Amino acid sequence: MSFITGVGLTAFGRHEGSSSLDLMSQAAALAIADAGLERGQIDGILCGYSTVAPHIMLATVFAEHFGIRPSYAHAVQVGGATGLAMTMLAHHLVESNVVRHVLVVAGENRLTGQSRDASILALAQVGHPDYEVPLGPTIPAYYGLAASRYMHEYGVTQEDLAEFAVLMRAHALAHPGAQFREAITVADVMESKPVALPLKLLDCCPVSDGGAAFVVSRERTGETGVRILGCAQAHTHQHVTAAPALSELGAEIAIARAKEAAGVAISDVRYAAVYDSFTITLAMLLEDLGLAGRGEAAARVCSGYFGRGGAMPLNTHGGLLSYGHCGVGGAMAHLVETHLQMTERAGKRQVSDASIALLHGDGGVLSSHVSMFLERVR
Amino acid sequence: MSGNKQAPADWTTGEDAIVYQSCAACGSLQYFRRSFCCVCGAPDPVDKRACGEGTVYATSLVCRAATPETRAHIPYNIVLVDTAEGFRMMAHGDHDLSIGDKVTARFARFAGRLVPYFARTKA
Repeated sequence: MSFITGVGLTAFGRHEGSSSLDLMSQAAALAIADAGLERGQIDGILCGYSTVAPHIMLATVFAEHFGIRPSYAHAVQVGGATGLAMTMLAHHLVESNVVRHVLVVAGENRLTGQSRDASILALAQVGHPDYEVPLGPTIPAYYGLAASRYMHEYGVTQEDLAEFAVLMRAHALAHPGAQFREAITVADVMESKPVALPLKLLDCCPVSDGGAAFVVSRERTGETGVRILGCAQAHTHQHVTAAPALSELGAEIAIARAKEAAGVAISDVRYAAVYDSFTITLAMLLEDLGLAGRGEAAARVCSGYFGRGGAMPLNTHGGLLSYGHCGVGGAMAHLVETHLQMTERAGKRQVSDASIALLHGDGGVLSSHVSMFLERVR
Repeated sequence: MSGNKQAPADWTTGEDAIVYQSCAACGSLQYFRRSFCCVCGAPDPVDKRACGEGTVYATSLVCRAATPETRAHIPYNIVLVDTAEGFRMMAHGDHDLSIGDKVTARFARFAGRLVPYFARTKA
């Protein structure tokens, strides 16, 4: 068994003067304290990457900086799926008795540490260097391609996609750490600047500074345990040109494997934390995961299904779209929020029942997927 | 060694051509050049020149670019095209292309490079 015993999250937005290591350290200290542990008890470290400060050995750079001498440490790189991929690895490491307490940590000054152009350019390099990048695509363009096809096949409209941006913003209004806390409407999304059509500025997550961390342990350290029930991955391609048909994408494969590993069904799930780099990402993933029928996710947003008081509260911190996106730490905020909900510490954002949660991460261009189920144990 | 063979001239090396590979062993097609077939692993897939005809699979009009060179071209339409031969490729295209349109390739200059550019096939 494995438990998520502590979580830490900084505010996202501008952290002028903070380095990636500073943000990692802040989040790590919060997570270790939340677990009720001393940093010397941490014997494993898994960390993400920083596009601002790339390093071939970031985990040991961090360990030395933070003051830990772990018996197991390395970085993991799976784009937006990195946070959940690290959690999955931590789960297996503690289950197989390699280590007792794994610190999973990421942080990046992606907003203030480099220009927005540099950030967009760095991310566009997930494209094929010979057959895609010379055409000048951006990450929004890769997802814009997926959006155009998804809208074509399932009759989804730009207004439908806008509903997801509005929902994430509504959730962010209740979180003091969110980067964006001004309410928006569907009309605001529709009128926002075109980025890579059909995606407009408010369909896209921002670039942020921030950090997130959690501790995965063999035994629970608090009264309420958050247990990792089961998780799975799927990797179907890297480049959008080589992506399979919409009906054969990795989210469906990963969730099927995770359901088997965890022994649960979608009907058991009470809280959802789903990767939302763009509105289309969230729409597609919700439908791939079985949290809505094909082309029906937007209608479920409108009916309040994914709201705080709905049947399936979703990303109640505001998600990447409105809490913000600092790279690897961005999607880790989804897990931090899930943990707060499951342990009933989410304050005014608290949902009535988060006893079983589904988390899903996506890296690349719907390339790498990790699905995970968590269960509250008292 | 097959890996040392000179790459055939196509748009990625500045020539007016779209080239793909066909596996003599299993018949699979691949667009990204390799010294082996990525389906069956057989060495030396055969280079073939595509006719330049295809059908639009997806489109995205880029309005925000990340470099001065590409910004000079905005807006530009990135398209995925399913070619007549059966492989998928990324290219540029006319702004009014719709998914399902039959298209024909030409070549255009973009940010100092030659890129494939699709327009609706003339009836």
